[in-house]
Amino acid sequence: MNRLTLIFAALLLPVSAFAAGKGEIWVTNEKDDTISVISVDTLEVIRTIATGERPRGIIFTHDHSRVYVCASDSDAVQVIDPDTGEILHNLPSGEDPEQFALHPDGKHLYIANEDDAIATVVDVETRRVIAQIPVGIEPEGMAISPDGKIAIVTSETTNMAHWIDTETQKIFANTLVDQRPRDAAFTADGSQLWVSAEIGGTVTVFDVATQAELGKIHFEIKGVHSDRLQPVGIVMTRDGTRAFVALGPANHIAVVDMKTLAVERYILTGRRVWHMEMTPDESMLFSTNGLSGDVTVVDVGRGEAIKTIKVGRFPWGAAWRP
Amino acid sequence: MKVPMSLMRTLILLVLCALGAPAAAADPIAVPVVWLEVQVDSPPALSNLDPIPDDAGLAGARLGLADNASGGRFLGHDYALTEIIVAPGTDPAPAMAQALATSKLIVVKAPMDALLALADLPGAADALIFNAAAPDVALRLDACRANVLHTAPSRAMLTDALAQFLIKKRWTDWMLIAGVHPGDQAYADAIRLSAAKFGARIREEKTWAFDADMRRSASAEVPLFTQGRDVDVVVVADELEDWARYVLYNTWDPRPIVGTEGLSPRAWAPSVEQWGAAQLQSRFRKLAGRGMIAADYGAWAALRSISEGVTRAQTADPATLRAYILSPAFELGGFKGRKMSFRPWNGQLRQPIALVHPRAVAALAPIEGYLHRNNEMDTLGYDEAEAGCAAFR
Repeated sequence: MNRLTLIFAALLLPVSAFAAGKGEIWVTNEKDDTISVISVDTLEVIRTIATGERPRGIIFTHDHSRVYVCASDSDAVQVIDPDTGEILHNLPSGEDPEQFALHPDGKHLYIANEDDAIATVVDVETRRVIAQIPVGIEPEGMAISPDGKIAIVTSETTNMAHWIDTETQKIFANTLVDQRPRDAAFTADGSQLWVSAEIGGTVTVFDVATQAELGKIHFEIKGVHSDRLQPVGIVMTRDGTRAFVALGPANHIAVVDMKTLAVERYILTGRRVWHMEMTPDESMLFSTNGLSGDVTVVDVGRGEAIKTIKVGRFPWGAAWRP
Repeated sequence: MKVPMSLMRTLILLVLCALGAPAAAADPIAVPVVWLEVQVDSPPALSNLDPIPDDAGLAGARLGLADNASGGRFLGHDYALTEIIVAPGTDPAPAMAQALATSKLIVVKAPMDALLALADLPGAADALIFNAAAPDVALRLDACRANVLHTAPSRAMLTDALAQFLIKKRWTDWMLIAGVHPGDQAYADAIRLSAAKFGARIREEKTWAFDADMRRSASAEVPLFTQGRDVDVVVVADELEDWARYVLYNTWDPRPIVGTEGLSPRAWAPSVEQWGAAQLQSRFRKLAGRGMIAADYGAWAALRSISEGVTRAQTADPATLRAYILSPAFELGGFKGRKMSFRPWNGQLRQPIALVHPRAVAALAPIEGYLHRNNEMDTLGYDEAEAGCAAFR
């Protein structure tokens, strides 16, 4: 029996090493306490890794040597060795960490503590909390500007984006958005901030320099009630031409022209589409579909879904590694 | 590009420091709100378990205040809550006068007649009153008042939600058992109307008038009592939660119990957890030390509606708030998966209704398939054409 297992392991290892060609998408399964690892080459789950309780946000370090996972119900950010799947240690995260963002310096992790109305800044090297910033009720979305100067936290019940100066770790502006803001994302050039409002059904676009509202994106799908158009995750192309907005229980991803803020098309996904991750070559997009427990693979060039991959229960976050 | 940007930020920081608040706010606004509760003696119940919490409703208002304050501090909006509670059997008139002298924004937990007495006081003409508790349909119909909005659902909204669910499941034949209290009778009336509205048949009606201690004799009495025509479900109308719990599993035929017991339509319950509700539940539990019930939700929604109005309209003036809250621009996130708003024809908060049992939510109404030309939530309760509320015209 043991020998058999060994033979299987020997057979499997080179395969998974080979599969690292286009890399992997790591998906947190909120209600399974696991990560499903999808090979971008074969579009199959090649590994399942155990995590702490209720894993949600997931980010790789810039060199991809470590992965950070918000284990919300374990009240910790777990640091995992992606090669072995071993949980190396926990970072102090504050209570109920949900989403987070890694500063471009690779040192500071900005964590939204959903139950505590606080954003926690952790130094990943010293493993110390360096600041806790009171924000609105139910902080959720987290983003850091490409130049690293601004961190954004959205608060779901206060309906605001809080703008934090990363030097002083203090809020310098608060901008109102529609009901229940979820995700925040900067454009690659850092000039705009996009914030999705789940219950409001909109994405608000801000000018970063002035924090002024530049526009608002609305959605409309024939046959889907407007109340079900609930934007959550946002992913943008680096050249600033196209954005993808996951529409939650509408089971579609909207493709938005970033210049005109008009929706070009809608792509059908699994049920309750939540967050997304794009491969670095921007050829493929992976969305987590919470209710159907799967991941939709979108061919970005064709703007079409090409495959559905079964993962664990309530897939939540997704992150790419080589 | 970078220099002017950071310069701009410095300028903004300087301005904000001068204001002394980290907010892009205009002028500070004080938002005093009154919680006015007129208590009634509730008759004794058969069960000694599950007493109604003393702070039912009030705890929701307190959480609403905390939620409001958390956002308000970024905008320079200062929320306060004055709690005025009238003990059972006491004349509420002085408390009402005191409430009106404190603020024109009043959240009320009171029976219908006390609520109307408050709304009709001369000093209340320019007030904005939120009915956070009274389910009477009359308050949404001919007894409506221009200065009263309702965050509590009407009985009609609750029973319509139940009817939609039962019809969708094709459980169309009902037995109705109603208690003798006025609330039970009103609930039974609402059940009859919902049955007619959605096409269910009440094939058997019974009145619960036992005065025995059902803990001992339920297994002996209820099977005989529930004998009758074959039905799909037994609907119980027992608003005081006195006897219906003893009907469960004791019916002659094996039938689900729905209504005020078993599967119940409620604005909120401790078992609601989807749509981010788990966060609200845990915030509430931290504050009150118990689960959040529908009465708490009504009060919380009233406080949150005030805050949403103040935040967007930038004023605490009751008339301006009323106009904004009743306008199509108003929307409120309520942890029930849809944006909530107020019906401009009678001031009722549109909201999903959960069909709950103690351990989970079975469904959320409006049930899929019940369509409406404007808003599916308006399939619950009195729609514009049916609601004869002159004060809102």
